[in-house]
Amino acid sequence: MFLLIFCRLHTRYHELAPNLVPMDYTNDPDCKVPIQLIINMPELMENPFKERIVESFSEAGDGNLSFNDFVDMFSVLSEMAPRELKAIYAFKIYDFNTDNFICKSDLEQTLNKLTREELTPEEVNLVCEKVIEEADLDGDGKLAFADFENMISRAPDFLR
Amino acid sequence: MSDHFPFRALDFSPHDENIVHDSFNELIEEQSNNQDGSEVFEMEDMAGRGRENPAFLASPQHSRSNREYFSPITLRVLSAMPSRTIGRNRGAIISQYYNRTMKLRHQRSRPSIWALSRSAPPSISGYRVETDVEAAREEENLFHNLQNLSVSDRGRMLKTMPLSLQEKKNLRHARNSKGFPHSRNQIPCCSQLKYYLIIGFRHSWYSLLSFLYSLQLWHVAMKKVSGRFGTGVLSYFVFLKTLLLFNVFLLLVNVFFLAVPQAAHPPSNQTHRASFKGLELLTGAGYFTDTVMYYGYYTNSTVNGCGPALNGSGCAMGQNSLDTNPRMPYNIPLAYFFTIGVSFFITCIILVYRKEDPFELLSELARASRQQTLLQRLAKMTVHLLAWVMSLGSTVGCAMGVYLFSTYMHKDLTMRVSHNESLIHMEASLLALPVVVSTVNLLMSGLFNAVAWMEQYDAPSTQAYVAICRNLLLKISVLGVLCYHWLGTTIIGHVTLSKQVRQNGSTGGLECWETFVGQELYRFLLMDFIFTVLDTILGEFVWRLFSQKVLKRKRKPVFDIARNVLELIYGQTLAWLGVLFSPLLPAVQIIKLVILFYIKRTSLMMNCQAPSKPWRASQMTTIFITLLCFPSFLGVAVAVTYTIWTIKPSEGCGPFRTLNTMFESGKIWVRQLEEMNSNFSWFTWIHKYLVENPFFLFAAAGVLLILIYFHTQVVGGQRKIISLLQEQIDNEGEDKKFLITRLQDIYEKERPVSVRFKQRERRDDSRKVDGLIGIKI
Repeated sequence: MFLLIFCRLHTRYHELAPNLVPMDYTNDPDCKVPIQLIINMPELMENPFKERIVESFSEAGDGNLSFNDFVDMFSVLSEMAPRELKAIYAFKIYDFNTDNFICKSDLEQTLNKLTREELTPEEVNLVCEKVIEEADLDGDGKLAFADFENMISRAPDFLR
Repeated sequence: MSDHFPFRALDFSPHDENIVHDSFNELIEEQSNNQDGSEVFEMEDMAGRGRENPAFLASPQHSRSNREYFSPITLRVLSAMPSRTIGRNRGAIISQYYNRTMKLRHQRSRPSIWALSRSAPPSISGYRVETDVEAAREEENLFHNLQNLSVSDRGRMLKTMPLSLQEKKNLRHARNSKGFPHSRNQIPCCSQLKYYLIIGFRHSWYSLLSFLYSLQLWHVAMKKVSGRFGTGVLSYFVFLKTLLLFNVFLLLVNVFFLAVPQAAHPPSNQTHRASFKGLELLTGAGYFTDTVMYYGYYTNSTVNGCGPALNGSGCAMGQNSLDTNPRMPYNIPLAYFFTIGVSFFITCIILVYRKEDPFELLSELARASRQQTLLQRLAKMTVHLLAWVMSLGSTVGCAMGVYLFSTYMHKDLTMRVSHNESLIHMEASLLALPVVVSTVNLLMSGLFNAVAWMEQYDAPSTQAYVAICRNLLLKISVLGVLCYHWLGTTIIGHVTLSKQVRQNGSTGGLECWETFVGQELYRFLLMDFIFTVLDTILGEFVWRLFSQKVLKRKRKPVFDIARNVLELIYGQTLAWLGVLFSPLLPAVQIIKLVILFYIKRTSLMMNCQAPSKPWRASQMTTIFITLLCFPSFLGVAVAVTYTIWTIKPSEGCGPFRTLNTMFESGKIWVRQLEEMNSNFSWFTWIHKYLVENPFFLFAAAGVLLILIYFHTQVVGGQRKIISLLQEQIDNEGEDKKFLITRLQDIYEKERPVSVRFKQRERRDDSRKVDGLIGIKI
C-alpha cells in the first residue's frame, strides 16, 4: 500500500517536469524541480502560502524540491502526520525572514497574504499588535515556537 | 577558543531567552547600522513543551546591562534549571543533535529546521577540527538516546521529529543494526519469523487505518473542496454531511420501529389504492397516500396480538394449538408516539452537545469604529434604518401574502372537491402554494442582497451577520404563518372537507388532515429542492457565463456560504416538521441532500472561485449549529408538542383515531400498566403528580436556568484565572532576568582582570575576521 502511494507520488512528481525527472533512480541522480512548477500544482495553487510551503521543504531554502523533499512535503501535509510535526512546520512557514521567530513583519506578511491585501495598513498593524499581545508570553515582542504552539493549540480552526 | 564554545553535547544550554532577545534586537540594529559582524553562535531550538527558544548567544557588549560575556559557569547553572530539564521533548533534543551532526559532518546543504548557518566561527579551521570530534560524539549520544527507548516510543518519536524521511530511514536502519545481532544468520529462526510477523502485521495495520480513513463518506471530495476553496466553503459541506447523518438516524429509527411492523401487517380494511402515475413524485399524493409513508396508513391497534382491541386482552380461548407463530403483540399507536418522541429527544441532545459557547462570538462584534464626522455617521444611520425598514416591511408583507394565498388555496380545494374534480387536477393545484413560497424566498433573498449593497458596513463580518439575520427572519415568519395555517385553518376546514369527500366517495387522503399536512410538507420539501437546483444552475452557472462573457470580469463569482447554509437549515426544518405526519419523510430529505451535495460540488468546481475574504470557519460552524438548534429545532419541537398535546386527531384514520389528543395514548398505556400489574402504580403516581402538574414543570425550568447561570459564572471565573496566571508568568520572566543578571554580575566581579582583557582582545581580532568574511544576520 505504501509502495502504491509512493509510486503515485512519483508519477505526480514526474508529471511536473517530464523532461527533468528521471524514472530511473539507481544512479541516485540529483535533480530538482523548480519552484514555479510546483506552486502551479492544483493542490497548492489556491494556497496563499504556497511559496513559503515549498521553500520550507527545500534543502537550500530556494523552493526547488528533489523527490525526497517532495515526499517530505506531502507526508507532513497529509492528515496522518502528527499534530506536533505540523505545528513545527507551520511555524517555519510563517517565519518569513527565517530568524526562528515570528516577528511583527512576519505577521504582517502573513496577514497580507491571507486577506490578499484587502486590509488597510492601519488595520493590519492593529491585528498584528493584538496577536502579539495575546500570544507573546515572554514579552519580547515576537512569537517564539512555544508561544506559537500555545496559541494554535487553543484555536480549533488550525491543524484540521 | 574552547571558552567560546561553551556547550558540550549534553551540557548544552540555551541562553536565557529574555536577555538574548534583547541583545539580539540590539544586534540587529547594530548590524543594519554599521555592517559589523558580531560573533553569533547558533543554537538550535528545543521544539518542546518548555519555554526554550531558538537562541543566539550574542556578543555581550550589546546587551542592556553591559555584561562582558556569559561565563560557562553561568550557562551551566542555567542549563541545570528545573524548567529546562523537566519535561523537555526528547524527540526534539535528539532531532536537534542529529541535525547539527549531519550538518557539521556531511556538509550537506539541507539545513536543520532551527539552525541558521550564519554562525561565525572565531577561527574557521579550528572550528571544523573540533567539531568533527564533537560530531562523532554527538551521533553516539543520539543513537544511545534512541536505543534507550522502547520500540513503540522510538517509532512515535521518530514520527514527530522534523527530519527528512531519508534521515529517519537512516536512523531506523542504524538503530536496527545496533539493536540486532550483526549477521542475520545469528538470529535464531523463531525470532526471525517473529520479526517478520511483527513487521507484516504493522504494515497491514497501517494499510487498514489509511483505508478506513478513505472510507469516510465523501472524504476525497471534501478534501479537494477544502484544498481549492478553503475551510469556509468546506464548512458548508461538513454541515450538509451532519444534516445527512441526523436524517439517516431518524429514518432508521422510524423504519425499524414503525414502517416495518406496519408494513408486515397491512390494515384489513384497505381501500383501493390509486395506481402509480408520475405525478406522485411531485405531489406526494396519489399512490403514496395509502402507504406507510403517511400517518393515515397506521392502524390504531396492536398488531400481531390476539385481537383488534386496544388493550390486547381479547385473546380467544381455545386457541389453535397448531399455530406455531409466536405472538409478539406490537402496539402501533404507542410505538408511533414513543418513536417520534424519543427520536426528537435524542436529536435535541445531540444538537445541544455539539453546540459550543456562543458568548464568545458576541465579544467579537464590538469593534473600534473609525473616526467619522457627525454628518457622515448620521447619513450612515439613516441608510441602515431605511434598509432595515425595507427588509422588515417586505418580510411582513410576504408573510401576509403567504397567509392570504394559503387560505385562498384551501378554499379553492374545498370548491374543487365539491365540484368533484378528478384527483389529479386537485393534487396539481396543491402544488401552487409551495411554488409561491419558494419563489418568495428566492426573490426576497435577492432583495436583501440589493439592500445590503447600498449599505456600508464597518466590518465584512457584520454584513454577513446582518444578511443571515434578515433571511432568517423571513424564513421564520413564512414558516410560522404556514404552521398556523396547517395546524389551525386546515384542521378546522378539514372537518367539512372530509365530510364532503366521504359524500362524494373520493378518497386520496383528503379525509385525513394529518396525511394532508404530511403531503403538503413533502411538496414543500420537493419544491425547495427543485428551486435550489434551479438557483444553482441559474445563479452560479449562468451568472458565471454572463459575468465572464458579457461583463468581462476576470474573477468568477464567489460561493455564498451563508445563504446556502440557511437553505439547508430551512429544508431541515421542513423535514423535522413533517416527521410526525410522515414518518418516512427523512428518506426524501436524505435523497435530496445526497443529490444536492453532488450538484453543489460540481457547480462549485466549475463556476466559483475561492472567497477573497477569510472566513472564520469554526465560528461560522458554531453559528450554524446554533441556528439549527434554536430557531429551527426549537420551533419544530414547540409545534410538534402543541400538536401532540392539544390537537384532536382525525376520526377516520391514523393510530390515534379514537383519542382526544395524541398524548392520550401514553396516558392510556400507563393506566393499562397499572391495571396489569399493581407494582407499576408508582409509575402512574409519578405521571399524575409530576408530568401533569404544571408546578413541577416550572420548578424544572427554574432549576435549568440556575444551572445555566452557574455554568456561565464558572466560565467567567476561569477566564479571570487565565488572565491572573498570565500576569504571573510575566512576573516570573522578569524575576528570572533579574536573577541571571545578578548572577552574572557576581561572577564578573570575581573574575581576574587579565582574563577579561585577553578575551576582549581576542574578540576584537575575531571581529575583524568576521568583517572580512562578511557575516550577515
